Amino acid sequence: MSATHFQLDQQGRLLHFLTVEGLSRRHLTDILDTAESLHGVAERRVKKLPTLHGKTVVNLFFEASTRTRTTFELAAKRLSADVLTLNIATSSAVKGETLLDTLRNIEAMQCDMFVVRHQQSGAAEFIARHVRPHIAVLNAGDGRHAHPTQAMLDVFTIRRHKPDFPNLQVAIVGDILHSRVARSLIHALNILGAGEIRVVAPRTLLPAQVETLGVRVFYDPSQGLRDADVVVMLRLQRERMEGALLPTEQEFFQRYGLTEDRLALARPDAIVMHPGPINRGVEIDSRVADGPRSVILEQVTNGIAVRMAIMSITLGNHARPAGESL
Amino acid sequence: MRDAESLIDAMASQLRDLLAERGIAEPMLVGIHTGGVWIAERLRQRLGVAAPLGQLDISFYRDDFSRIGVNRRVRPSELPFDVDDRHLVLVDDVLNTGRTVRAALNELFDYGRPASVLLAVLVDRGGRELPIEAQVVGARLKLPVDQEVQLTGPELLQLIIQQTTP
Repeated sequence: MSATHFQLDQQGRLLHFLTVEGLSRRHLTDILDTAESLHGVAERRVKKLPTLHGKTVVNLFFEASTRTRTTFELAAKRLSADVLTLNIATSSAVKGETLLDTLRNIEAMQCDMFVVRHQQSGAAEFIARHVRPHIAVLNAGDGRHAHPTQAMLDVFTIRRHKPDFPNLQVAIVGDILHSRVARSLIHALNILGAGEIRVVAPRTLLPAQVETLGVRVFYDPSQGLRDADVVVMLRLQRERMEGALLPTEQEFFQRYGLTEDRLALARPDAIVMHPGPINRGVEIDSRVADGPRSVILEQVTNGIAVRMAIMSITLGNHARPAGESL
Repeated sequence: MRDAESLIDAMASQLRDLLAERGIAEPMLVGIHTGGVWIAERLRQRLGVAAPLGQLDISFYRDDFSRIGVNRRVRPSELPFDVDDRHLVLVDDVLNTGRTVRAALNELFDYGRPASVLLAVLVDRGGRELPIEAQVVGARLKLPVDQEVQLTGPELLQLIIQQTTP
């Protein structure tokens, strides 16, 4: 059984959130609509809902993260869950404990949800397959494979600005090859029926047969950015690069970096996105990153509501009728 | 089937008297999704309240989340005014166990500290499981437990009494 099907129960409801691939449009719009209802919570005096009161969420981060980890933490706290964050790269893994042993120990602390980030593709699914059935597992990024909550906050941000998906042109620019964000976002946009999805990158930073994901390929940004409604810049992931995929960062910026001049090729009301952390002067010019069309910080804010939605939906689907115990 | 408009007239007249008695000049109306919002809007017009309507969706405040999960049709709650020191009128269509009102009160207090809250309902069908009562009631119905009362709308508000689907 693939991760796609494994994350659903027999009624097709989300028990885990491991990948966007293979989900239905309704799964995605349910998440987006729920997130829309949660978005206003941060404007209230009490930025908290009682929904997950008494639940325990454990963030298992085997790989460094700031935004994803903190927004997951805040999302859980705003739903009144208790949250524990383990940076495993710096704890027992170093002492030689296996992943399963770490898992069993944390499970023994009676938790209800694992949020997993790992450098290995498939790690979150592996954990989901080995935890006790009442535990929900969310993928917070696994290797090059998927980063589904990032994709959902990206499409949430796009929908708030450009709700007309059938006529939407989205250009995803930069290091597609190493980007789990790009992969998940492409799946999400296709499921939601986005008009055209373009990837814009040098040949060396594109995965083989990228067209099969349902995208148009451009090597030249002056073509790829033309009339785009949304420009998604990706971080150049030097830490995942083996060998000489790129000449220099300066040359990458010259050929692909998003400058005001290049952005002028897109539609005048185009929005600029970036999953962060941004490398100023490598993939994006500061004037664009901090400019009026940038929604980069809005993405961070939206990430909280979207993660709250995914947490409450998946844990809600683990709900049990009265009288039925664990 | 029963037309709800005459019941809302009755509610409006009770509410007007109650507000006068309590010396409340500027009440804020807050409807509970979905039926409560329809009724609250009609009350707002009948009473000539200028302030915009508040809307609550109590899905995230329900006490049965661990049994039924998230309501797929949840909508944003919206209180387009400051709750602090205001006199609120909470409006719902059917008052039964009182659990919805409990959840709505909890949500209201996460927005601020109102001066007072009144409860106005179209139908009180009894069956309370919590110490909650409405001050304004359109109609009191005695129904067997296997029957439910539902409000349909939003243009034409009608009350439908039917057998509960098992």
